[in-house]
Amino acid sequence: MVPASVSTLLPILAFVAEEGGEGGHEVAVQVGNGGALAQWAWLIVAVPLVVPFLIVFFGKKLPFKGWELAAGTMGFIGAYGTALLLANAASPIATEFTLEVGRIGSFAIEWGWVVDGLSIMMYFLVGVVGFFVFVYAKGYMEGDIRFTWFFAAFTLFAGGMLVLVSAPNLIQLIVGWEMVGLASYLLIGHYWEDYANVDAGNKAFMTNKVADAALFIGAIIMALSVGSFSFADMLAVVTAQDASSPLATFGFWAGLMLFIGAMGKSAQFPFHVWLPDAMAGPTPVSALMHAATMVTAGVYLLGRIFPFYLDPAGLFGGQVRVIIMIIGGITLLFMGLLAFVQNDIKKVLAYSTVSQLGYMVAAMGAGAYTAGLFHLFTHAFFKSLLFLGAGSVIHAVHSNDMSDMGGLRKRMPYTYATFVIGTLALIGLFPFAGFWSKDEIIASLYEVGIEGSGAGWFVFALAVAGSFVTAFYMGRAVFLTFFGEYKGHAQPHESPRVMTYPLIGLAGFAALAGLLNMPGIATPFTSWLAARRVPMGDVHAQSINWGLVGLVTAMLAVGVVLAYRIFFPDRVTQAERDRFEIPVLYPLLRHKYYIDDLYMDGIVRPTMGPLASAVLWVDMWVVDGIVNGAGVVARGLATAVRWFDNRGVDGIFNGAAAATGGSGSVLRLFFTGKVQQYAALSFAGVVLLAVLFIIF
Amino acid sequence: MTIAQFVILGTALFSIGLYGVITRRNAVLVLASVEVMLAAVNINLVAFDVYLADQLYAGQIFTLFIIAVAAAEVGIGLAIVLMIFRNRHDADVDELDLMRY
Repeated sequence: MVPASVSTLLPILAFVAEEGGEGGHEVAVQVGNGGALAQWAWLIVAVPLVVPFLIVFFGKKLPFKGWELAAGTMGFIGAYGTALLLANAASPIATEFTLEVGRIGSFAIEWGWVVDGLSIMMYFLVGVVGFFVFVYAKGYMEGDIRFTWFFAAFTLFAGGMLVLVSAPNLIQLIVGWEMVGLASYLLIGHYWEDYANVDAGNKAFMTNKVADAALFIGAIIMALSVGSFSFADMLAVVTAQDASSPLATFGFWAGLMLFIGAMGKSAQFPFHVWLPDAMAGPTPVSALMHAATMVTAGVYLLGRIFPFYLDPAGLFGGQVRVIIMIIGGITLLFMGLLAFVQNDIKKVLAYSTVSQLGYMVAAMGAGAYTAGLFHLFTHAFFKSLLFLGAGSVIHAVHSNDMSDMGGLRKRMPYTYATFVIGTLALIGLFPFAGFWSKDEIIASLYEVGIEGSGAGWFVFALAVAGSFVTAFYMGRAVFLTFFGEYKGHAQPHESPRVMTYPLIGLAGFAALAGLLNMPGIATPFTSWLAARRVPMGDVHAQSINWGLVGLVTAMLAVGVVLAYRIFFPDRVTQAERDRFEIPVLYPLLRHKYYIDDLYMDGIVRPTMGPLASAVLWVDMWVVDGIVNGAGVVARGLATAVRWFDNRGVDGIFNGAAAATGGSGSVLRLFFTGKVQQYAALSFAGVVLLAVLFIIF
Repeated sequence: MTIAQFVILGTALFSIGLYGVITRRNAVLVLASVEVMLAAVNINLVAFDVYLADQLYAGQIFTLFIIAVAAAEVGIGLAIVLMIFRNRHDADVDELDLMRY
């Protein structure tokens, strides 16, 4: 089927649109192709790729300095994403469009866009959360020296993210993956005058590069095994349970390598080190990129190739799944613990993000496709809300440090109210969004445990403990920030409406988004996400396990009460609190388990020193040698050319001139001006000619 | 009358004219000597025209042209000499070396 509109736009490119639900395998849901809405979905990707250039070149001349272009773009994506979401809710859509842009041997390099439940959810998230964040950023970034550039880079991030989530193959996914990495680097280092920020940008970039190397290896193994970079081809092999495929032989390694790539982007232990440092960027960046969307790219990748990992028969990536689950479990608990000792409010939220990403990854490892992605969905709202709330506080008190805050409840009522809603959603209090998504993850882990998996029980225990940890650090953050006496120096005031309205909007989503998936009651989100071209076959709870709900709620109640006992003002003095340091645990947390130091002293410095020396040596002796050698040769040649020029070329010209001059000075002796002499000479000449004529 | 007599006369006249052109210092006399040379040439042309019995009388017609041209030449030449004399109060060709290098 060739849509006329697009094929007239791109007449040169062979256009292949594949119908949804082909292949004849068991299909979980009847899926459609989405019609014109899906065909034109490429606009979602194209617009934010073009707009950054418009902002860079023309932004400064516009009344809002380019912000209106950026916010308009996000509004468009949000509106289109919402339209797709509604269309998908009305009748499931799963289709993809690809155009071949090149070919390497037998491998087609294709560009395309996937329109199915998973990518529609991401379009919606990027657009809607992005729109709120961009509106907020207008107030937050007001007066920034690089205001226009900030929005250009931020829109470029949205473009990269949409390239990533619309990718029908690994190549395009990697292109988007690197684009968001670049945007992340640019925006973390937005205030590059401070070297620490540049360092944080480098750290994020380099840590991701290590993981990206694994991603590339995984992509190559995958492509060589399947014979194509396309996800559809790969999942077709998985769906067919083709044990003779090379993918069955190399599945474990391909899956492991792709997962390591996902660990980098989604900041899983031990690649988590970059995310807390990435908080050096402006707060809207932390909210959209380092909480809501970019860091979820890893989870998205796991979701995109989910059947490959689920693999109940264990033919392909099934063995990786337990590793995924355990990594997620370790991350969700131990990174959450680090938030206990952070004084920077953004770092508390950053470790919280890492911990929540751990929940998502653990869910994917447990085979709970819907639960993991539902948590991704709800987390995007409440965590971006929390970051924007933190940004609002930072904007008011001009400090990131919670010891400069306190007592802001009265002074910033909107920020306080929305922050508390975000907190309740994050810790998972009934009936806020986080309750439904996190509970579903814990229920899924419980079921894995019930099935007899020791690792399942282990991660289940970690996840339950994690809900206590989450409640504790969020309680601490709220009590230190909003209660008691104000301890800062600036004059705090409520933020302008351009900042509070996005907070209110996101608070609405944070409160209500969970109602989209209530097991046993109403689960529209499950069927939206199930709109895929192959069955996902995920396990998810059919009804609410009230015993688990009670356990988790008890854990979070303990967390909040403990935080209240320790951190609520006037209950314990600051001096007592400072003394309250558990001997081994406190230094361990304070130093982030020494992991950053290990990387720095164990890998970075030992590598960097000799590497720098080696590079210096090469520079001094090889590069300089080549340059100097070329200089010497050139100078020798120049000397030869100069000699030739002076003696040879000039000699010819000077000789010719001298000959002319000399002959002239001789000949002019004949020109005496005496007419009779001329006449005599003429006659003599005639006589001479006559004589010659007679003789010869 | 043989052709040799006319040729000798022409040669003699030409030589006298040439001698006059080269040795006379007065410009008017130089011009006069040129006229003598032209007369020698005319004699030569007429003599050979008759001797060769040319049907077209080319030699004699050419002589008429030379006489006309010589008249014009003397007119211009004398005018130039007159102008020189007026400007310099002298017509000595040895002194007229303005065309020197």
